[in-house]
Amino acid sequence: MIAELGLAALWLATALAGLQLLGGVLGQRESGADLAALVRPAAVMQALLCAFAFGTLVLLFARTDLSVALVAQNSHSEKPLIFKIAGPWGNHEGSMLLWITVMSLAGGLIALVERRLPEKTLLATLAAQAFVGLGFYAFLLVSSNPFERLDPAPAQGLGLNPLLQDIGLAMHPPTLYCGYVGLSVAFSFAVGALLTRQVTPDFARVIRPWVLGAWIFLTLGITAGSYWAYYELGWGGWWFWDPTENASLMPWLAATALLHSVSVLAARDALRTWTILLGVVAFSMSMVGTFLVRSGVVTSVHAFAVDPQRGTFILVLLTIYIGGALVLFATRAGTIAEGERFTVMSREGALVINNVALSALLGIVLLGTLYPLLTEAFGVKVSVGPPYFNPVGAVFLMPMLAVLAVGPLLRWRRDSFARIRLPVLAAFAVGLAVLLGMWLIAGMALLPLLGMAMAAVVGIGSVLPLLGRSLRRLPLATLGMVVAHFGVAVALFGMAADSAFSIEKLVAARQGDTTEVGPWRVTLASVEPVAGPNWTALEARLSASYRGGAPSEIKPQARSFWAPPQQTSESALLTRWNGQLYTVIGGEADGDRWQLRLWWKPFVTWIWYGGALIALGGLLALIGRLRTDLKRRTVRARVAARRMEAAA
Amino acid sequence: MNALKPKHQRLVLLSVALVALIGAALLAAWALRNQASYFYVPSDMAANPPAPGQAVRLGGMVEQGSLKRRADGLTIDFVVGDGKARVPVVFSGIVPDLFVEGSGVVAEGSLRPDGTFAATDLLAKHDENYMPRELADMTEAQKREAIAETE
Repeated sequence: MIAELGLAALWLATALAGLQLLGGVLGQRESGADLAALVRPAAVMQALLCAFAFGTLVLLFARTDLSVALVAQNSHSEKPLIFKIAGPWGNHEGSMLLWITVMSLAGGLIALVERRLPEKTLLATLAAQAFVGLGFYAFLLVSSNPFERLDPAPAQGLGLNPLLQDIGLAMHPPTLYCGYVGLSVAFSFAVGALLTRQVTPDFARVIRPWVLGAWIFLTLGITAGSYWAYYELGWGGWWFWDPTENASLMPWLAATALLHSVSVLAARDALRTWTILLGVVAFSMSMVGTFLVRSGVVTSVHAFAVDPQRGTFILVLLTIYIGGALVLFATRAGTIAEGERFTVMSREGALVINNVALSALLGIVLLGTLYPLLTEAFGVKVSVGPPYFNPVGAVFLMPMLAVLAVGPLLRWRRDSFARIRLPVLAAFAVGLAVLLGMWLIAGMALLPLLGMAMAAVVGIGSVLPLLGRSLRRLPLATLGMVVAHFGVAVALFGMAADSAFSIEKLVAARQGDTTEVGPWRVTLASVEPVAGPNWTALEARLSASYRGGAPSEIKPQARSFWAPPQQTSESALLTRWNGQLYTVIGGEADGDRWQLRLWWKPFVTWIWYGGALIALGGLLALIGRLRTDLKRRTVRARVAARRMEAAA
Repeated sequence: MNALKPKHQRLVLLSVALVALIGAALLAAWALRNQASYFYVPSDMAANPPAPGQAVRLGGMVEQGSLKRRADGLTIDFVVGDGKARVPVVFSGIVPDLFVEGSGVVAEGSLRPDGTFAATDLLAKHDENYMPRELADMTEAQKREAIAETE
């Protein structure tokens, strides 16, 4: 019964999306005013129904209702409750339902709160949101129905991939999707603005909080995913340039560019067409990513099932939406009047360079990700990894970071370098000193060396805008920018330190053997069998002491799950402020020896602290922007009220 | 101030953008040709070996009876074959759990001058749903054999 209710809600939501599209389109004429009045309620109802459908799926998983095919294939009654609740999105159908739920919630929220845009632009926006939504509803209902029944119901479910049975599953997919799919709002706003020819600073102010919100979630989702992969996969790496990771990085790069160009449009009424194009590109990258991940053209832990029909379906949707939006852009872009002008040496100029570099990075990642697919069409199998992405990316990342350190110091419209010469030269002098010092002392490789030096430059440059300003009167949005930029420096420092100074030891140890790895001495006390709710494991009891200090015990495990039957290695970590000890137990080497893999990773945690700071900066900026908007609104209301009084 | 100046500035920015994007495309194309690591099966490797030290991937079946563990407890030697050719492989590290003789494997690494393949990473089948893409295209017979061995 519950499954049928969920499915019915989904069909109803689809019908409402159809109504929303119809009302949004016909409402553009005076004759369609009746239908237009239905658009907002339809969007809100659609969001509620979708959320309800999603809730029923969570309930089905929580109760392990095995008569539902999806639950039977992906869950198991002995699975811990937290993974039952997080289970709905650990598979293809459920994750697509999460996708459409986030999308409809975003649409409903726009309908509920957005009153600043011209009504026709808003109608066109909601119509675009419904149009994109309809495609994904169709995809869900036709080829990926999450509520399909299984008759007879099996006695037991097949269980969830053990790699996903981790608290990361409760965190990473929902945050990532909020960001990924939240970008659909920017897409719909861009389409709405193009259709009604309303590309104005007001438009930019309206979409900025939405873009900012999606970008914060995306940043958090990527950061959480990176840390999850780092400790769960047991390879000690935090980024593998895996196509699925790139699929989340590409929308982030586009959204970061969009965030900055929206600021230019809002503050200075420049970069009109470019901002619109980025709005289209950002969500297009989300859809391309979904195609890559969900169609099975690339194999990874994210590709739940390989089904050519689904791949074709998503490809068709991609072609319609991206192609349609680009055609609309090409036909309308010429009619958008040129915005305000500015000189190269100005805040806008710096932001344009930042946008160009981000676009170049996006192109580089996209090419590298698609290249193996292209060559495979010609029968040549290749894989593209760090030897391509790292150096080629750095060529554009480094100049971008240099501009990041300088740009916020420049004034809008026109500025001279002479005014900011002193602090900028000081920052770069420190960077140069770090570069030379590290090279002489540590003899680091080129890329980590550049990263370390640039982290110093960005770290100093990012706080320079605070010079000579009263912290109390500093706008929250400016503080947010400073925090986010400083986060970039922190993350960059972590990456450089990890890649330059990591120490790895691979040993076959007997009980009582001690291994030195960097400043740590790690002793294997014993290896014991242990059991969990749905697994058994070999657990190594290690005692680790840092520079001869008091030893702490850590216990890496090699787990064997029985539903589904699969082995995973659970790494064990010891975290200090200046890095992490990372330990993994392999198999039995022979008779009485065990394989241990130990890493000392200096400052590796700073990568994720940096990511969190970047998201926090976004959050501060978002709060600041919303507060200013609210103030403006109350002032306007008060002025209107006073006028009414005066007239009376 | 000259009225043409802003227009001129716009042109400067546009050309900077164009040059950067074209540069990125050219650089990426060049790097992809040189840095992509190619996939070989043993018979490809025998017929047309990659330069020693060049990063490539080698995929095939781990030959029955070829797996040997060295005294250090960490290094293993085995032979990857595809029915037509055989390549000796050496690897130090923790092997994936489903890495067994007679099953499929993809080894990342490079060829040594002596013709041994030095693997830096081994990818084996994780479970029924997740296996290295290259293995998915092996002949049906090899697949049946692989499945029979891993079950």
